[in-house]
Amino acid sequence: MMRRVLVFLAVAGLAWALLPLALGSGVPEAPGALATAYLTDAPADFGAANIVTAIVVSYRGFDTLGEVAVLFAATAGVGALLTRKRLGLGDAEPEAKPAATEILVTATGLLTGLLVMFGVYIFLHGHLTPGGGFQGGVVIATALLLGLLARPESHLSHGILAAVESLSGAAYVGMGLLGAFLAWGFLDPRALPLGRIGSLVSAGSIPVIYSLIGLKVGAELSGILDALKGDRE
Amino acid sequence: MSLLEFVSRINPVAASGAVLVLVGVWGVLARPNLFKIAIATSVMETGVNLVILSTGYIRGRTAPILDSAVAGTATDAAGAAARMTDPVPQALVLTAIVIGLAVTALQLSYAVRLRAAGGGSSIESYGDEKW
Repeated sequence: MMRRVLVFLAVAGLAWALLPLALGSGVPEAPGALATAYLTDAPADFGAANIVTAIVVSYRGFDTLGEVAVLFAATAGVGALLTRKRLGLGDAEPEAKPAATEILVTATGLLTGLLVMFGVYIFLHGHLTPGGGFQGGVVIATALLLGLLARPESHLSHGILAAVESLSGAAYVGMGLLGAFLAWGFLDPRALPLGRIGSLVSAGSIPVIYSLIGLKVGAELSGILDALKGDRE
Repeated sequence: MSLLEFVSRINPVAASGAVLVLVGVWGVLARPNLFKIAIATSVMETGVNLVILSTGYIRGRTAPILDSAVAGTATDAAGAAARMTDPVPQALVLTAIVIGLAVTALQLSYAVRLRAAGGGSSIESYGDEKW
């Protein structure tokens, strides 16, 4: 009883705290000074059409590097927790999984290539359209999830996933260092030529970094999906 | 204040986000099942993301992407900036979504491990682990 009252009080207190936001008093007439500076400076400084991408990859690029590290730690945690040994399955013969239906197998064959291509499109155009490395990486992981569902006995190659992840992570830091040596700071996109706003090759190193993030996120999420099957050695 | 005026002042994105936050907090505090706690955290994260997004929304403005729709000519940067919403909350939420996904996967893995070790999936069976 006591616990229910406390839970009710906590929820009611949070509702009271959120009420001003829900009533629209948080909606401003104009962005703050920082946001306005980003909106005017990002196209002029970096040639980036998508200002959200400019913030994620360059203005707050260091945060994104840290975020990718958090994602890596979570992937490593899931992979370490869900091995056959840790789950107590040991050397027991793996139970036969039911085969996938023909609809799923056929659809997987048709869709996998398209999904991977769409994911690559999303992260290559992250500086021009709504999208980027995280979204594109998730789409690529979806393609690999379809493959795992269609062939329940199969496993993603651990070596390839680790190679893609570590190489793209190292290249991300490398692009950041390039910015430190050739431009004005770590992760500065002006290390590469800025090009014309709105063209595919523009915004300096932003599309390169976002593509590397896309590959890294795709490999990490695929690793999580493979581990969640729970029959990894 | 009339009822109509009150309803018109509600920011629909923030209001629905606030409801999701409350549902998630209730789930985390009141449900004993570890898997339901993980999903409730995920629901709460979605709500928080919606609330953060709503703070950057400005009526009558459009997405912060510089193209012909906002600029007319691609060089009119100052004029285009006056037609865009606040990009900072969107950048924050973009990163929060991916982290949320990884954290949910990690939570579920711990729940599976605890269950596989014979502890059951109710948080009540882990009373000894309290500090």
